[in-house]
Amino acid sequence: MASTTAMPPLRARASNRFLRVVVNHLATAAAVGSTILVMAPLIAIFAYLLFKGASSLNLAFFTQVPKPVGETGGGMANSILGSGILLAVASLMGVPIGIAGGIYIAEFGRNKRLANMVRFTADVLNGVPSIVMGIAIYTLIVVPQKHFSALAGGVALGIMMIPTITRTTEEMLLMVPLNVREAALGLGVPNWRSVLSITLRTASPGVITGCMLAFARVAGETAPLLFTAFGNQFWSTSLNEPIAALPLQIFVYALSPYDEWHRLAWAGALVLIVLIVVSVALVRYVAGRGVLKGVS
Amino acid sequence: MGVEIEVSDLNAWYGTNHTLQNISLRIPANHATALIGPSGCGKSTFVRCLNRMHETNPIGRVTGTVRVGPTDIYAQASPVEIRRRIGMVFQRPNPFPTMSIYDNVASGLRLNGFRNRKVLDEVVERSLEQAALWDEVKNDLKKKSGASLSGGQQQRLCIARALAVDPEVMLMDEPASALDPVSTAKIEDLIFQLKSQYTIVIVTHNMQQAARVAENTGFFLNGKLVEFDATHKIFTNPTDKRTEDYITGRFG
Repeated sequence: MASTTAMPPLRARASNRFLRVVVNHLATAAAVGSTILVMAPLIAIFAYLLFKGASSLNLAFFTQVPKPVGETGGGMANSILGSGILLAVASLMGVPIGIAGGIYIAEFGRNKRLANMVRFTADVLNGVPSIVMGIAIYTLIVVPQKHFSALAGGVALGIMMIPTITRTTEEMLLMVPLNVREAALGLGVPNWRSVLSITLRTASPGVITGCMLAFARVAGETAPLLFTAFGNQFWSTSLNEPIAALPLQIFVYALSPYDEWHRLAWAGALVLIVLIVVSVALVRYVAGRGVLKGVS
Repeated sequence: MGVEIEVSDLNAWYGTNHTLQNISLRIPANHATALIGPSGCGKSTFVRCLNRMHETNPIGRVTGTVRVGPTDIYAQASPVEIRRRIGMVFQRPNPFPTMSIYDNVASGLRLNGFRNRKVLDEVVERSLEQAALWDEVKNDLKKKSGASLSGGQQQRLCIARALAVDPEVMLMDEPASALDPVSTAKIEDLIFQLKSQYTIVIVTHNMQQAARVAENTGFFLNGKLVEFDATHKIFTNPTDKRTEDYITGRFG
């Protein structure tokens, strides 16, 4: 090599090497440390919930409705079912509208005023405090109907899901490379078909992540349910009546003066977080099976 | 079978940039035609005008007429119909990343609503054989993703995908420029075999490649077609001084 003469003296190179090794280790340590810091809160919360809640978990918790004050036992079966119903209503509403909105902004409305308005609205909606969402739905649905209902609760949660899903769908669609879109158009596939079957499908892992984020977020929401779903101490599956929900029940029990209820609240919190983790993992698994992973 | 393409007075713009100026030429059926010229001369834009891909760009605009067989493609057909009849292979291999090899080849038919499994199986096998890829992938058709193949295999997969819809014309925009010499040779062999059944238009930066595969060659410069003639004439005895300068490497 011609550049040999230009190399620094041997001693200097050795110290450079020492420095390089030190810097390398420092950088690795910083990265590992940050990873631990990110995971620590989740692990701490989970461990604490296990510690506080696991002892109160029994079959009754999953099969019985709450007992009146003073009686021991009882469970949150109606709240678990109620949360399931509320989230089903919310997802049925939020996922299609959210994805459709994202598709519009990314694929059909580029540089159009309406698309910019949709994007702006979604961002603002994302910042609306959840209690305000509860009051809004109270005014729009509960007051005209003259009663609290599962439907109102589901709609409140569904609207809260929309902005997250819309914005992630938009971003994931825009990440699909132009040459993949051109491949579809070049085959004589109509644009709408190409958007649904090629672009959206290519972006689907990211879109599903967005839906799951929105789902997990609203699954733990209490405030928007206070004036909408209201809560219920009894079995109810009707969309037209007040319905119990895990976060609501936890809220009520945690604020109560009774030790028994405090224990149930801890157990409820543990069940809530486990249900969220399990449903997210399940959706990812089922959705992931349909998609072949490329190596490159 | 391939059809003739007749282009008259074609002009194309990107915004205010007049990228193609008054192009007229006749591309014979069942032959390979090469388009050469320095980068930015308009040859890619030209092939994109032949299947109306140019207008998918929001600032793209075209005037003039292009006849493919009996059809005036800008006046008598929708872009979607036209692109079904005119297959296109792009510079970078672009298989659909979420689809298996089989699904990639079948995609053109499936996305247009074709569902008959038996026929799809036959078309997939025939297309992969035509693209000289069948033997390499026949055991992983539905197991492997199109994106898991090597670059050269991916490009042949894209050729198979284009062939599966049974086009009359194949447009190839520098199909081998991202590939190694071995894969390039395979693509060239393919072009040689395919041109008995399809009209092939190939854009290339590689003049040896043009000389090897094409009967006719067009030389583009600054958005104009400088010269269009039989390949051996272009390379041995060009009429225009600019063609000669380009071929002998004096510029570009």
